[in-house]
Amino acid sequence: MASFGNFTHAIVRGIPASLVQEALRSSLCQVDLVKAQHQLQLHIGTLKDELGLQVVELPADESLPDCVFVEDCAVVCGDTALITRPGAPSRRKETKAMKSALQELNFKIVEMKDDTATLDGGDVLFTGREFFVGLSKRTNHRGIEILAGAFKDYPVSTLPVFEGLHLKSFCSMAGPDLIAFGSSEPAQKTLKILQQTGDHHYKTLILPDDAAANCVFMNLSGKGQVLLHCTPEEYPNSAKVFERLTDHLLFPVPNSEMSKVDGGLSCCSVLISKTGS
Amino acid sequence: MTTEVVSEAEVKKEPEKADEQPAAPQQDAEQESEQPAAIQDGDTPRTASPQTDRKSKEARGLSRFLPPWLKRQKSQSRTEPSEDHEDKAPMEEQLEAPPPEEVSPQEAERDESHSIGSADTQPAKEEKGEEFPERIGDGKEEEDLLESKAGEKEDEPLKAEAEAEKSSLKPAKKMKTVTCQVTLLDGSLLPCEVEKRAKGIVLFVKVCEHLNLLEKDYFGLCYKDHADQKCWLDPAKEIKRQIRNCPWQFAFSVKFYPPDPSQLTEDITRYLLCLQLRQDIASGRLPCSFVTHSLLGSYTLQAEMGDHDPDACCLDYISEFQFAPSQSKEMEEKVVELYKTHRGMSPAQADAQFLENAKKLSMYGVDLHHAKDSEGVDIMLGVCANGLLIYKDRLRINRFAWPKILKISYKRSNFYIKIRPGEAEQFESSVGFKLPNHRAAKRLWKVCVEHHTFFRLVTPEQPPKARFLTLGSKFRYSGRTQAQTRQASTLIDRPAPHFERCSSKRLSRSLDGVPGLGMDDQAGATSLGRTPGEKNGRDPALELSSDSKTAGDMEDSQRQKDLDKTQEDVLKHQASISELKRNFMESTPEPQPSQWDKRLTASPATSLRLRAQAAFEEEVPSSSLLSSTVACTTSVPAAEGAIAVGSPPAAAHVAEKALPRADGPAYSSNDVGKTAEDKQKSDTLEQAEVEIEETVVIKEVRKAPKVEVTVPEVVVTAVTEKEPEKKPGGEAEGRGGEGVTQRGSTSSDSHSESEDEAEYHPQAPSVSVDQIKELPEEEEELEVEAQPLEAEPTAASPCPTTEEQEPALKDEAQNGHPESQSPQGSVEEDEEDEGEPKLNGDASRAETEGFPQVICCSEPPVVKTEMVTISDTFAAQKTEISTLEVPIVHTETKTITYEAAQVDGAGDSEPGMLMTAQTITSESLCTTTTTHITKMLKGGVSETRIEKRIVISGDSDIDHDQALARAIKEAKEQHPDMSVTRVVVHKETEVMEEGKD
Repeated sequence: MASFGNFTHAIVRGIPASLVQEALRSSLCQVDLVKAQHQLQLHIGTLKDELGLQVVELPADESLPDCVFVEDCAVVCGDTALITRPGAPSRRKETKAMKSALQELNFKIVEMKDDTATLDGGDVLFTGREFFVGLSKRTNHRGIEILAGAFKDYPVSTLPVFEGLHLKSFCSMAGPDLIAFGSSEPAQKTLKILQQTGDHHYKTLILPDDAAANCVFMNLSGKGQVLLHCTPEEYPNSAKVFERLTDHLLFPVPNSEMSKVDGGLSCCSVLISKTGS
Repeated sequence: MTTEVVSEAEVKKEPEKADEQPAAPQQDAEQESEQPAAIQDGDTPRTASPQTDRKSKEARGLSRFLPPWLKRQKSQSRTEPSEDHEDKAPMEEQLEAPPPEEVSPQEAERDESHSIGSADTQPAKEEKGEEFPERIGDGKEEEDLLESKAGEKEDEPLKAEAEAEKSSLKPAKKMKTVTCQVTLLDGSLLPCEVEKRAKGIVLFVKVCEHLNLLEKDYFGLCYKDHADQKCWLDPAKEIKRQIRNCPWQFAFSVKFYPPDPSQLTEDITRYLLCLQLRQDIASGRLPCSFVTHSLLGSYTLQAEMGDHDPDACCLDYISEFQFAPSQSKEMEEKVVELYKTHRGMSPAQADAQFLENAKKLSMYGVDLHHAKDSEGVDIMLGVCANGLLIYKDRLRINRFAWPKILKISYKRSNFYIKIRPGEAEQFESSVGFKLPNHRAAKRLWKVCVEHHTFFRLVTPEQPPKARFLTLGSKFRYSGRTQAQTRQASTLIDRPAPHFERCSSKRLSRSLDGVPGLGMDDQAGATSLGRTPGEKNGRDPALELSSDSKTAGDMEDSQRQKDLDKTQEDVLKHQASISELKRNFMESTPEPQPSQWDKRLTASPATSLRLRAQAAFEEEVPSSSLLSSTVACTTSVPAAEGAIAVGSPPAAAHVAEKALPRADGPAYSSNDVGKTAEDKQKSDTLEQAEVEIEETVVIKEVRKAPKVEVTVPEVVVTAVTEKEPEKKPGGEAEGRGGEGVTQRGSTSSDSHSESEDEAEYHPQAPSVSVDQIKELPEEEEELEVEAQPLEAEPTAASPCPTTEEQEPALKDEAQNGHPESQSPQGSVEEDEEDEGEPKLNGDASRAETEGFPQVICCSEPPVVKTEMVTISDTFAAQKTEISTLEVPIVHTETKTITYEAAQVDGAGDSEPGMLMTAQTITSESLCTTTTTHITKMLKGGVSETRIEKRIVISGDSDIDHDQALARAIKEAKEQHPDMSVTRVVVHKETEVMEEGKD
């Protein structure tokens, strides 16, 4: 737990042009590719330059319009990397590049070989103490079961996702034992269950906007607690909530274009801690 | 029935005899010198007999409970072949005969044990010490039990009686000892000699002493039951009753995993915890990641091997360690790599580090139970320090922290938790789970109660009525809580004990090959025991266990058959019975309590009050028939009776006289009953059927208990035994023998607790136990209180009761009251008074007060009388009130045969003289209660057995469990002196099966 958020590496992936037209989305928004790429660069720059992470950039694949959302392809914890089987069939091949990248980092790779299992990393909330995995459109019970098998040291609890694409579409870790949650009713419903089911009593940071509850927390040696969160431009009310956090080093990161295709801040990277080993 | 019983007894006897006979003579001889005898067997030093006597006196109140022990002993003796009887007889007489004050030392001891037992919750150390001696040397108990059954079959009660008398003379065989094989956490076997009747605590203490363990509250002993399920040995209960016919093999294990091992005081405790966790890990019960396996393994090496020796090639021996269920070379290398980094770490530090890492594991300290959710989906329920976890395919899908849980209960195979409403919620909600069987439900419930108490409470709750018999439902954790043990640990003032850290290599090996002792998957760890005898295995012990096993198996098979046969029969019978009852009720004018009392008491010179009542519950949810019978057999300590009456002999006479009558009536009653049935069938059938189909709720069982029937029996004998029994009516009736076997099985199941249901209200730590109180309305735990029929001083006269009873029924037979009252204490009187009103058959009354219960004497006229062979066994077996053995009692109007014999090892049925037999039936709106009271003279002791069958009919809305619970509870309250020996709940098929443990 002490080392929770102490990331050293980040794996990211470029945005293919195909994202604009072909990326899966729940709304009919038009994505500005250039703007999206710019925002991604800002994001990566923050990780690399501001936070000093070693960033592994995977090249975009035009055949995989959603490939920028690397989070869904892998769950990394400890020395083990679980390569997922994304719920969307069109995204299953995205894991290939991720797998090889993680292998290069000497992770113990666990693959989801069960054809009935699906799991998107966006449904996996790791608190440092335990896993909460959303049962969503993209993740099923079997997938979570395999995740539990891959990370046996931790309790794995399932949570219903009543609305939204992923569990982390409305929540994420915002600090040690601090969970950011959206204020919508479905989100709060899930939060209730999380609080009941979890081993630990977590503090919560409730945000007016569900999407804003997707932030990226790190606890870096030398930097302390770091939080990448939404910008005031996108979610002014929520941004104010973040800004009240005094213990964190705050980095507003624009994500307006990615959010049009249901991508949150956390979706764009797989954060890895290689310090232990 | 008696005859049947006898036969059973005989059957069992034979095998046993062969084995035992050699020993028996000696014992007898020993026993003859009663007091000395006790001493002899006891390996442990006995407390001076005088002391015991004192205690007995002191424990007078408790002494009542004691009777079971005495009975057992007696029963044992009885059970033995006639040859032995002679020798035994004296023993029994002595025991029984002596005026209360003079109670033989043995009794006294027993009393003590009783008191302890009654106090189950918290055995005092002192007591423990005393207990040891007594229990030692019970080797024959099992045999006795068997014998008793056999004996019952003998043709006629007279014979049985005769035997009983003879047997009574014999000295108790108590002192038999059994060698328990205890698998320790390091895999070694520790043979432990304990008296056969020793409570679990005795063995546990011995093991802890062997281990030099002070912080023992985290640990426990477990055994595997017939179903191969791991069960915790209840320290407060007799070992034998718990394991029944299973081999005396136990595994010392961690019962409560401390959430923070660093708070343990002693390194030795941590070491033992480490050993447990290594087993858990190696067996796969405690899943870990590769890294964790490696890390924990490295600490294990450091603790056991000391610093890494660069010169030695670790990899050579490392594979002999088991770090994981399956370990790769890669893991071993990783282990060594990490091992090297621990240089300088002491073994204790390494253990501490091991624990620091292990405690974080998700399944650390989680006790898993298979179950299904309300939709039939397979899930696992995990009980841990923090609450109840719900898993589906290893994924946690829900979690109920203890503070969120208002009530924990189980009914039959269903397990329920009532959840505290959340902030926004107004109502509490209940979550139900279906366990594979009712035993599993009970096990889970008990584990929950224990965990909650241990981790959440500051002090354990006292069962509401500690002194009364407590059925399973009242089960409470009786040990120290974590808070208490921590407190106690602060007082530990001794130099750190030296102990050897054994190599975990052994563990790994043992794991491979110790299937025998293995508890089960979960318990797998326990089984770790290596080759038996590695350390101390004794052949003799082994043999014993094996013998017992075979016997047990045989019994089991028999039971099974019986059960199978019976189940259907029972259902049928029940239906018919209920019909009969109704008919009877209808036909008979409404009895008024007073009349009942009068008759009951009057007819028999002596009034025995039977407070004990068995509640019979029949629940027939829509299609299914559920019936539960609670039979209470009370044994009243002879002392009381003696006091009142005066001389034992007189009592004996009375008893003899009574017997004949009883028999006659009983038989006749049977016939009558049948005829009655036939007649009534037309009318009744419908009703009966209806009832059956309807859910039967024991609504106001309470009152049932109140129905006190004074049984005219003069038992001067010191001890009366009360045994509550529940038997499925059908079974009981037809086949005495079978019934017996069944009972035995059932009894074993229900054992100390009413197994069908139990509730537990978790309280917040702050909240004292009091809160846990049993809510009457809510489902109460099933408590069957059998109250000892106290043989009241009125020695009276012949027991005409049976015949008269019917009429009496209506009359207020309460005569018994007056008589009984006078002789006995005020308590009885009070009860009677209360009882009378209730006794009145008026449903309305009954309801108001408790429930109306009409007592009908099972005399020939209307009700069928039953012959009851009462086996002492029950009572004896149940040292503790709490243990409910489930004898099946049919109190049906029809001919009901009681088989006293409890098949289980615990019970020894002894043939006795039948002094009186009564059947009382009361009806209320929804409840039909049939109370069967029989008095037997066994040896010098008179036993009064009250069997109640309560048939509850009502809407499905009725909570049967609650009703039953109430009934039992009330029964307990009303008959404090009696012990509930059996509670049989008839549920549909499930119940039956499950019921037999």
